[in-house]
Amino acid sequence: MTRENRRLDLLLLAALFCCAALPWYHIRSGFYGFDWLSDWAGEPLFWPLVAQLSPAQWWLWPFVPLVIAVGLLRHLCAPGPDRGGRLMALGAAGLVWLLVEGLAVGLRGWNWSLWETLFGPVAGQPAFGAGAVGLALCCLAMISFGLAERGALKGDVFVLSAITLLVGLVATFVLYPLLSMFTGAFQDFRGAFTTEGVAKNIGDPQIWSLRCVVGTGGCGVAWRTFFLALCTATGTTLLGLAFALVATRTRMPFKKGLRLMTVLPIITPPFVIGLSLILMFGRSGFVTEFIGDVTGWDPGRWLYGLTGIWIAQMLSFTPIAFLVLVGVVEGVSPSMEEASQTMRAGRWRTFRKVSLPLMAPGLANAFLIGFIESMADFGNPLVLGGSGGVLSTEIFFAVVGAQHDPARAAVLATVLLCFTLSAFLAQRLWLGRRNFATLSGKGDGGRHALLPRRVAAPVIALVTGWSLFTLFVYGMILFGGFVKVWGLDHSLTLAHYVRAFSVSFGDGLAWTGVAWDSFWTTMKIALIAAPLTAAVGLLTAWLIVRQRFPGRGVFEFALMLSFAIPGTVIGISYIMAFNLPPIQMTGTALILIFCFVFRNMPVGVRGGVAAMSQLDGSLDEASLTLGASSPRTLFKVILPLLRPAILAALVYSFVRAVTSISAVIFLVSAKYNMATAYIVGLVENGDYGVAIAYSSVLIVVMISVIGGFQLLVGDRRLRRGEGDARRAAARRIEEVPA
Amino acid sequence: MSFSQRGAVAFRGIRKAFGAFVAIPDLNLTIAPGELVTLLGPSGCGKTTTLRMLAGLEAPTEGQILIGGEDVTRLPANRRDVSMVFQSYALFPHMSVAQNVAYGLEAGGMKSRPARAAAREGLDLVGLSGMADRLPSELSGGQQQRVAVARALVLEPQVLLLDEPLSNLDARLRRRVRTEIRELQQRLGFTAVYVTHDQEEALAVSDRIVVMLEGQVAQAGPPRELYEAPASEFIADFIGEANVIDCEVTQVSDGTATVAIGAVQQTVPAREAVPGPAKLAVRANAIRLRPGRGELPGRVLSAAYLGDHMEYEVETDLGRFFAIVAESDTPMPQGSDIAVEFRSRGLALIT
Repeated sequence: MTRENRRLDLLLLAALFCCAALPWYHIRSGFYGFDWLSDWAGEPLFWPLVAQLSPAQWWLWPFVPLVIAVGLLRHLCAPGPDRGGRLMALGAAGLVWLLVEGLAVGLRGWNWSLWETLFGPVAGQPAFGAGAVGLALCCLAMISFGLAERGALKGDVFVLSAITLLVGLVATFVLYPLLSMFTGAFQDFRGAFTTEGVAKNIGDPQIWSLRCVVGTGGCGVAWRTFFLALCTATGTTLLGLAFALVATRTRMPFKKGLRLMTVLPIITPPFVIGLSLILMFGRSGFVTEFIGDVTGWDPGRWLYGLTGIWIAQMLSFTPIAFLVLVGVVEGVSPSMEEASQTMRAGRWRTFRKVSLPLMAPGLANAFLIGFIESMADFGNPLVLGGSGGVLSTEIFFAVVGAQHDPARAAVLATVLLCFTLSAFLAQRLWLGRRNFATLSGKGDGGRHALLPRRVAAPVIALVTGWSLFTLFVYGMILFGGFVKVWGLDHSLTLAHYVRAFSVSFGDGLAWTGVAWDSFWTTMKIALIAAPLTAAVGLLTAWLIVRQRFPGRGVFEFALMLSFAIPGTVIGISYIMAFNLPPIQMTGTALILIFCFVFRNMPVGVRGGVAAMSQLDGSLDEASLTLGASSPRTLFKVILPLLRPAILAALVYSFVRAVTSISAVIFLVSAKYNMATAYIVGLVENGDYGVAIAYSSVLIVVMISVIGGFQLLVGDRRLRRGEGDARRAAARRIEEVPA
Repeated sequence: MSFSQRGAVAFRGIRKAFGAFVAIPDLNLTIAPGELVTLLGPSGCGKTTTLRMLAGLEAPTEGQILIGGEDVTRLPANRRDVSMVFQSYALFPHMSVAQNVAYGLEAGGMKSRPARAAAREGLDLVGLSGMADRLPSELSGGQQQRVAVARALVLEPQVLLLDEPLSNLDARLRRRVRTEIRELQQRLGFTAVYVTHDQEEALAVSDRIVVMLEGQVAQAGPPRELYEAPASEFIADFIGEANVIDCEVTQVSDGTATVAIGAVQQTVPAREAVPGPAKLAVRANAIRLRPGRGELPGRVLSAAYLGDHMEYEVETDLGRFFAIVAESDTPMPQGSDIAVEFRSRGLALIT
């Protein structure tokens, strides 16, 4: 028996199992509870496909001939390109039919009235369950087996399956939600097509008004967001450049410590900075009160609005700009500067005429990253927005607020997506090819020229000032948790920590603190999501770097594109896509896990791509020519060599899952509440003490996780270069927009 | 270790295109069992692509590849009975030398104990028995190269592929290792396909050299044939650097031809020459320079002293000549007038 037939037999078995044993429909109490097993025969909702077949559910019948046809193919045709083609066609047909019937027949019958007039009324059906999902996977496998038999990618069924699986996953968890969001804009409450919502919102002066430029009054939220993003991008780029120059080209003391700053944005829950700013500059902030006491002048509520958000974003994203720019500044080959100096140019002329122009593309890159970050930021505007929000918060309030207007949320999300995607496309297409950074594997003998004095002095002053400010802000967070009532009663207390994290040992250990519930949920979900994220990310990286398949460029581009989707947009699109059949996941832990996996996948992809590009491609080829299959090559050769990158991806995806808020806040439920969403709830209730205590604990936990990781892999270098590879991987990871 | 009379290779009508670029238009080539064939050519001539198609790392766009009489065109690399020594050696850096050598055996389903034993045998073969437990990074370049050879050989493949295996070694080591490879190949009698761009290396190790140019076979034959009877100007120049000049075949008889090179008359092997204008390849060491005047006067443009010989560039009415003169004690100064003469060996009519 050939291996083609053996694997097809396995596939048939799996398909039969999905059709005859697994519940075809979604189970409300949860599939993994396995409660359904006890009542499997009695309850029709738990029945598998074969038991669901009835004249009323005629749309399920086509799956029967499909499986029979595969069985016939297996026994009547010899393996070969011919059979491969038919197998592919069957798999595709199965997928298409599943998609059509799933989308067409909803809970209460046809989803579109047009269908009803054509085919007559039908009873509804619940969402897909384990059986349907399993059959979809079988159809994907059919396509990849068919491709393999046709000789695609030299018949490597492992690689083909990996590619089809990833395409399927990305389609389901990135494309489908986005499409649902767009269609959601054109639907009324009953799901009928209408342009009313879009028409009302698309020209809404609250979004597009330019009255702050011409005439009086405030600008629309789109322009405000855009303006804020421009300011933040400019500010962070300049500050980041200052920091990068100080770190590489001055003799400032403590400059090694600057690099530590780069982990701050990763470990900090995104609203914490805003919170800390409130403690300093809010109505009862101590700086405000100090000024009030000394001068009698009340600055008022100036912090709440674009100014406050801008300051918070500057604090949050300058480290990211620094991270990007330090690579750029180091990347300018010292020999260029030395060449310039040997040609009689002074330090100032060298800097202005050689170093700066060489850095220009990197600066533009940092600018665009800052722009995207600011656009996507949700935590800071939520805390500091006050009455004048930005797009991301408007989206949130359109869904959860009193107005409950999904069409408005969809329109706003589309606007936001257009902004970030155009910035992202500009970055990829325009800047992609213009990098002058002269990094090569070879050591460059020279040393970077020091900054000319007239630049150095102000830059150092700026950097010192800003660093102190940052330290102060973070100190405030740690300190704020120990104060009774901020602004009124500054006596020290542990009460907030007790309320959040108390434990009692009465009858056994009981987690009595209010924070424990969300804390453990967060840890559990982040721990499940992290390995999945790393696995999907590294597998993708491997396919992108090592496999040549048609459509690879498109595949890579689509993935990259998903980097630029703001978390808010993901959140809203996930609700719109997964709230109703065919796929119903809202309120479960699963939706949070999928959200984390596909939101943080860029982390794994970038890290994997960076690390894998440093592995000699002939290692894979050597393994193949020595007779090893491609999974064996992946597991025995590639993965062991990527161990540092894998660990980095694991840790960073864990940390990001714990600290992210923008998408999560849409997806949490009473049963599965996450730490960040819980803290935001506390802030909204004005319960600053506990919120700050909880945030500090999260920061400290994240610092220990990252520190522990650094200790684990940091100094363990088997041989030269490996440490560099890890650092490069880590750096790539940190560049991913939040 | 035993190699049977398997190992024949055939390329039939192979075409390979990368997008719009056609790397190999139409390649037909057969390799006999036990033969060491070198694919030689300038970079970008398609020699490495040919090797990689044989290994299964590239799929041909059209045509058929046979190994040992079996059509392997559609077989992936890991199911072909070939193994390869890579230019960078591609030793797995996280595995010891013994694990590297045993890797292919274990991938083929051998249990780890017999695989280790076989790996040790393989290491004995290349004289690295003591190094089994080291990491590749702890070996010298030459030792790493031998591990790569051992790793490929323990699988007893029908065909061993070598992709510029010596290019990362220094010149002195290169000479030694190439002798070792040739000796191993002759002792064990396996078929080997060897890619190189170094014509000296090709001359030294091959049973047969296939010179490729722009994806086509420019000439194939034993080393001596290619050197003494180049089929084209390109071959004459590529193998053993020749001066190619115009000449007139005046007479052909009994396998010798008389040619007129300017005023000089010279007899050379006729090959398929017919009377009339022709091209003559003159090896650099077939030129003699004599101070003073002669039938072909010239002038020294540059002279370089290289220890045991001299290299000259000479200007004549027939064009410039590059000459290597073994005698270096009394060099001819730059700018001096000289007479150019030819030895009878080292001249070849290009047909």
